[in-house]
Amino acid sequence: MARHNVMEQMICAAARLLENGATVAVGTGAPCAAAMLAQKTHAPDLLILFEAGGVAPILPEMPISVGDSRTFFKGVMATGMCEIMETCQRGLVDYTFLGGAQIDMYGNLNSTVIGPHAEPKVRLPGSGGANDFASFCWRTMVITPQDTRRFTNDIDYITTPGFLTGGNARDEAGLPPGTGPYRVITNMAIMDFEEASRRMRVISLHPGFTIEQVRASCGFELLVADVLGVTDPPSDEELAILRDEVDPGRYIIGRS
Amino acid sequence: MDVVKRGKGELFTSPDPDVAREFFRAKNKALVAKVMTVQEAVRRFVHDGDYLAIGGFGANRIPTAVCHEIVRQKRRGMGFLGHTSTHDFQILAAGEVFDRCDVAYVVGLEARGLSPNARRYMESGKVRVTENSNYGLSLRLKAAAMGLPFLPARHLMGTDTFEKSPASIVTCPYTARKLVLQPAVYPDVAAIHVHEADVFGNCRIRGIHISDLDLARASRRLIITCERLVHSDEIRSDPTRTLIPYYLVDAVCEVRYGGYPGCMAHEYFSDEEHLRKWLEVERDPEAFAAFLQANIYGVSDFWEYLERNGGMRKLTRLRRMELRIRAREEDHGQA
Repeated sequence: MARHNVMEQMICAAARLLENGATVAVGTGAPCAAAMLAQKTHAPDLLILFEAGGVAPILPEMPISVGDSRTFFKGVMATGMCEIMETCQRGLVDYTFLGGAQIDMYGNLNSTVIGPHAEPKVRLPGSGGANDFASFCWRTMVITPQDTRRFTNDIDYITTPGFLTGGNARDEAGLPPGTGPYRVITNMAIMDFEEASRRMRVISLHPGFTIEQVRASCGFELLVADVLGVTDPPSDEELAILRDEVDPGRYIIGRS
Repeated sequence: MDVVKRGKGELFTSPDPDVAREFFRAKNKALVAKVMTVQEAVRRFVHDGDYLAIGGFGANRIPTAVCHEIVRQKRRGMGFLGHTSTHDFQILAAGEVFDRCDVAYVVGLEARGLSPNARRYMESGKVRVTENSNYGLSLRLKAAAMGLPFLPARHLMGTDTFEKSPASIVTCPYTARKLVLQPAVYPDVAAIHVHEADVFGNCRIRGIHISDLDLARASRRLIITCERLVHSDEIRSDPTRTLIPYYLVDAVCEVRYGGYPGCMAHEYFSDEEHLRKWLEVERDPEAFAAFLQANIYGVSDFWEYLERNGGMRKLTRLRRMELRIRAREEDHGQA
């Protein structure tokens, strides 16, 4: 049996990107696990915000909903959605984590429909708070497994803005300057976005994966950094905290 | 302000504050008792064709009894505000009560997965859809709560969410930056579940209030369900805790465990087993019809629904879960 699984690798990689003292708006699932792990390891002063109004909870376990009572358990404030979103809009929130059914080379996300909007093949939930967080937070991170269907330039619908059509398109559209996608963390690699074109670029491979595998599991052409790093595997300490304290029920990291 | 661009999403309600002002002027603000059954409240205040909004967020502090009653009384042709609407959306979609919807988040139940039946309904072509985001819908309610026709924000721009929304992009007269204007939404009727209310409708909520303070102020008619009625002296002993004042409220219904099977902060946790059952049974339309008959159409009120799904035994266990009280092993085993 492998020492750790891909979800554990993704969560650890994401957690390490959250520095101590940072502010992060998270949803449930892997993003919340990453924030909890960061808080229990290198970032005890991480400020966690939930869109429904939970501020700085001491999370006793993984919430099921971004509005359930765990999201403000022993928190400093239980407020409302406008307060949280406007805190982001005022520029106080460094990071957010998002996912989606589709992502394109500029980090635009679709969580609304597969197929035409008027006659959808699959109706998905919609934006929720994703468009808001990705517009307002300084750095958007995406945690998602990659395959050629999910990583596609034939995105059916842009729910949530990445760099739109690349270059300066995001600023020109009117979104707050200096914001945008920062990292994409997949089961195989970590990507950033190249400065001028704003195209997705592989910067680090998880142990055991090759750049050929990463390319073959992506529906568009990926840029590759000049110096390609190797992601550190989860440490014994990270794995122990993740398995025993963050997700003892194995809801996110799986029961494998 | 120059309009740079308009979203093509249909505007289902008038954002005109003067139309709303006329309504609110005529609304009865008398301090009178409004306690009634959920059945009566829905009969009197929820009509075919109304634009409806439901308080809470996800399966948290939702007025489940009102949602059931709307389905049971077979309301049709309603508009709906889908602001992270999960189990409430699932119930209302099961009854096919709405045919137009402002969507920020629907169909899904967050980490629990997608509702097969709500998906089928939204894919059937029976529902006209306008898109937005959670903050977009919160802001539309806030604009209405402020008595304004719109409020600005800095999101949506450049996306299909904007294209399918009723928002506009304008140039800011002060900074020359682009801004999105979100039109006010004044719902015809809303239902909100709270922890405590007095007979007049003064309400207390513990924990996050999400968008419910604005929703209460934006809505023309408001049905409150509460875990407990409290004496008005209790409300007046600590008025800082009143979040919704009585003059916004049309009906007060005492519904203990009224947020079940959702989570009610400081009261009871969500019944994940029952929510999972909904998702499973929805895969088969015939089995789902029988399930709805057993849980909504064939029951007389919310008490009966609770009793059919484990009653006090289960609710006691959910209460302990919420309060994180670890009781003896055998006590857990009973439920």
